[in-house]
Amino acid sequence: MFKAKDLLGIKELTTDEIYYILETASGFKDVLQRDIKKVPPLRGKTVVNLFFEPSTRTRISFELAAKRLSADVINLSTTTSSVVKGETLKDTALTIKALGADFVVIRHSSAGVPHFLSRLLNISVINAGDGANEHPTQALLDLFTVLSYKKKIKDLTIAIIGDITHSRVARSNIYAFTKLGAQVRVICPPTLMPAEVKSLGIEIYSNMEEGLKKADVIMTLRLQLERQSKAFFPSLEEYFYLYGLTTERVKLAKDNAIVMHPGPMNRGVEIESEVADGPQSVILEQVTNGLAVRMAVLYLLAGVKK
Amino acid sequence: MSKQLLDYNDIKRVLRRMAHEIIEKNKGTENLCLVGIQKGGVILARRLASQIELIESGRIAVGILDITFYRDDLNTKEEQPVVKRTEIPCTINNKTVVLVDDVLFTGRSIRAAMDALIDFGRPAYIQLAVLIDRGHRELPIRADYVGKNIPTSFNDRVEVFLEEDGKKDKVILVPGL
Repeated sequence: MFKAKDLLGIKELTTDEIYYILETASGFKDVLQRDIKKVPPLRGKTVVNLFFEPSTRTRISFELAAKRLSADVINLSTTTSSVVKGETLKDTALTIKALGADFVVIRHSSAGVPHFLSRLLNISVINAGDGANEHPTQALLDLFTVLSYKKKIKDLTIAIIGDITHSRVARSNIYAFTKLGAQVRVICPPTLMPAEVKSLGIEIYSNMEEGLKKADVIMTLRLQLERQSKAFFPSLEEYFYLYGLTTERVKLAKDNAIVMHPGPMNRGVEIESEVADGPQSVILEQVTNGLAVRMAVLYLLAGVKK
Repeated sequence: MSKQLLDYNDIKRVLRRMAHEIIEKNKGTENLCLVGIQKGGVILARRLASQIELIESGRIAVGILDITFYRDDLNTKEEQPVVKRTEIPCTINNKTVVLVDDVLFTGRSIRAAMDALIDFGRPAYIQLAVLIDRGHRELPIRADYVGKNIPTSFNDRVEVFLEEDGKKDKVILVPGL
């Protein structure tokens, strides 16, 4: 059922493979609720976290996932590695391979870097976010979270709000939820809407009140403040006024709608604190589920014959 | 050609005898807990527990153990693992835990099951009950309660069918090529 040695993106996965990962993840979720949260399947394996972009939760999540599976973990970030001395990506990768690593978890600001490493190395490569392309484990954990609340994905209405152009989370989630038969809506300022999304079979809104109507799931994205200088919208206040997720706006969705955010949050920019901490928020649940999903991905890739 | 080893009535009698043996060996049912190994062992553990409850008073705790994460063949197996449920309903500390499985073969599943079980606590004793012991052990493991010993060739398959899975109760031997 699971043949590729790498997890590069949701785009490359079949629905069977997605369900297989989610099913395995639910086994790991049980493990995480035990007194002894560690299981032995990756004993003797080494996971290298290679992060060329800042990240706390994804890196920690992968690190803990690997440790819970009894693997050894090495963390490399750009500021502490030889990359600052001018080493090329290819040489860094080959060095990691020569050290005997079995997995590389890679985050990079350029799209396609995990694919490049995948061709270069015969060990498993896991994409932890490549530029504005994909962040597959985030989409998998979002699917897992929605499934645990809604018991199905098919025919749900998922509203994704925010900076769709720059968001790999949005792109992976659009692939993931449409593959599994949900109706995906994106809500964003026209300036943050990439041309290609129109071909993905999704609905596009630039008005929150219309887009949130009767949604089952509200997923608001982090506004990437580092790109604010490029003036895609006038000001943060204006963004919050038009696209901020407020208690009133949440009421437009279904009564039992859940509110999700991939983190880190900018409170008062894309989401109001009352919503982030409110009864419909499953944001912390997403973090817990991320651990189970990443354990499942590492575990299943370890079983693939290389 | 495949050969039937046990039929409906045989399985019933065998389980009744095993229930008696479990009670006899443990001098009652105090501190007793049955844990079935996914998948075939789970049904058998439930049946053994109800047999024991018919003989002795009181309820017998029955747990379910999935050993997928403890297997030693993640890289060598052809088919990929499917994770099933684990459910240990009581604390197993200082209990007598009887692991229940359908077929005892190489012993590797039992090794994995013991590792898995010990992550839930420290039982006073772990015992093993199997419906069929077909030999060919690769580890120093033996069963305390055996339904039926069956000599087999390594490549034969022993298949256990149980009503709870929608099949008629029977055990058959499919000779290997």
